[in-house]
Amino acid sequence: MPPEMDGNSSTYGLEGKGAALRGPEGASRRYGRDWAWWQDKLVASVVFVGGVSAIVFVLGIFAFVTREGLGFILHTMDVREFFGSIAWRPTSLIRPTYGALALIVGTAFVTGLAMVFSVPFSLGAAIFIGEFAKGRVRETLKILVELLAAVPSVVWGFIGMTVMNEFLIRTFGVPVGLNAMNAGLILGLMAAPIMTTIAEDALKAVPDGYREAAEAMGATRWQVVWRVVLPAAKNGLLGAVLLGVGRAFGETMAVLMASGHSIHLPTSPFDSVRALTATIAAELGETAVGSDHYRALFTLGILLFVVTFFINLAADLVVRGVRGGR
Amino acid sequence: MGRSNRRGALTFCLLFSLSCGAGDGPRGGHRTVIQNKGSDTLVNVAQAWAEAYGKVNPSVVVSVAGGGSGTGISALINGTVDIANSSRPLSDSEAEAVIQARGVPAQAFVVGYDALAVFVHRDNPLEALTIPQIAEIYGEGGSLDRWEQLGIRVPGCPSGKIVRVSRQNNSGTYTYFAEAVLHKNDYKLGSLDLHGSKDVVDLVSKTPCAIGYSGLAYASTGIKMPCVAREEGAPCIQPTMESAVDGSYPIARPLFMFTAGEPEGAVKAYLDWILSDEGQCILVGKGYAPVRADLPCLGPEKQ
Repeated sequence: MPPEMDGNSSTYGLEGKGAALRGPEGASRRYGRDWAWWQDKLVASVVFVGGVSAIVFVLGIFAFVTREGLGFILHTMDVREFFGSIAWRPTSLIRPTYGALALIVGTAFVTGLAMVFSVPFSLGAAIFIGEFAKGRVRETLKILVELLAAVPSVVWGFIGMTVMNEFLIRTFGVPVGLNAMNAGLILGLMAAPIMTTIAEDALKAVPDGYREAAEAMGATRWQVVWRVVLPAAKNGLLGAVLLGVGRAFGETMAVLMASGHSIHLPTSPFDSVRALTATIAAELGETAVGSDHYRALFTLGILLFVVTFFINLAADLVVRGVRGGR
Repeated sequence: MGRSNRRGALTFCLLFSLSCGAGDGPRGGHRTVIQNKGSDTLVNVAQAWAEAYGKVNPSVVVSVAGGGSGTGISALINGTVDIANSSRPLSDSEAEAVIQARGVPAQAFVVGYDALAVFVHRDNPLEALTIPQIAEIYGEGGSLDRWEQLGIRVPGCPSGKIVRVSRQNNSGTYTYFAEAVLHKNDYKLGSLDLHGSKDVVDLVSKTPCAIGYSGLAYASTGIKMPCVAREEGAPCIQPTMESAVDGSYPIARPLFMFTAGEPEGAVKAYLDWILSDEGQCILVGKGYAPVRADLPCLGPEKQ
């Protein structure tokens, strides 16, 4: 440790406390490494470990998932089968096949449906909370939206399995209510809070001067929102939607319970589908460690990891774009 | 729900072993713990055995977990359990892995029989099925996918589509069904692969178009179990405990408990007790078929 550091840290903001502890004589300066100095070092290193741990964990998880799945990708996987066939039969007694097409399409289909339901509602809610609602209404709405985010996903899945299943059968006369529509509605509700909250932040980031200028020119409330605030916040809003996509894409339990978990290329929203995440959740627990099936599931994990990584990266870049640009 | 509560209570007892039960037994607070894990088909009865055995021999605590046959066998290979529950025999590779990892071959104990019931919604007029028909419904390349093809119209199912409800592809029930009904053929893609027998029963009881299968013990009032014939023209047998024990029901299977090597001490005593009249009557009470028919709880009126 270079000696200048001691002087630095004891004069740095800790004087008040050091002086109070040691009396008015400037004892901390005389002893150099006093209790406050150690405390400062300790807190600094704890915070450093906390900060770095996120990177360590992300890299560690990626290394682990890759290590488990790489053998399958290199040796067993038939790329044409994996991306081109729907026959996901890892435990077949005749010949195991690993066609993930139906799982990829199922995940994309359910996520897409979820966005169709939740984007209009979330952005609408954000605009209402951010631009129109006042006082108590606004605060109540914000709390309720955050409460929606607090419902555990297994509870959503349970609602899908019991309430929604019967509701969809009775309302639409479909053969079974565990389908993409059910999962899409539930995922939409689950993704809505994060989208609403982030979209509202994006609207809040638009300087009031823009609104005042527009109002001064005689614009109505809606004209201000539509012509001025939304264009100014568009990057943040897009980022909010992308984070919602990431949320829906990575959700597991609720999709497992509500989608029907059925290997099938959907032709209508009322078809049962199966998601990548749900497949891993349902099968990994009983698969022998190190088997082809086990490694194939980790390959699905790599696929999920890569896709969610790019969705989140895109969201981050888009949101950053709005800050950097303005 | 009740199951997890019981498991919770058991864990609690394990954590605070002195405060549960009679702590002033002959051996004081010294307790032996038997770890028991595996098949979800067996988990209900395994819980019941563990609870009842706690009264028979308070110095032994049996900790029971489900997770599936494969999970239990993996745990036996890894040495984290004393007894693995399974609804299927060991595969060759698993038997090999036990010898490799534990140094002794696995010992199998048949502790009871389970009949797989095929069931439909209670409004479905279906009365009888044959094994070939079930294979045509579930098996790859099978031709049956509408209820009209079986000559019936199901109220509440306007589309007429047969909604096949199945299990996740590594459950013991799924594997046994593939062997006994599909003759090792693949399943038709597009079935709803649910996680757990109870979920299958629940879904079928709420879905008029559906057909599903699970252990007989999971049968509830919302579903209807047609009789099953081995083939066209063969006698159609109702899935009951009696038909499973006497071997007339075509989809019945033995349930196993595995140990690594010959069991000794507390584990041996526990397995002996499971195979005794008392243990077997608990199994019967949970809806499974016992290993022998001369039990006091199977009175003449029941046989």
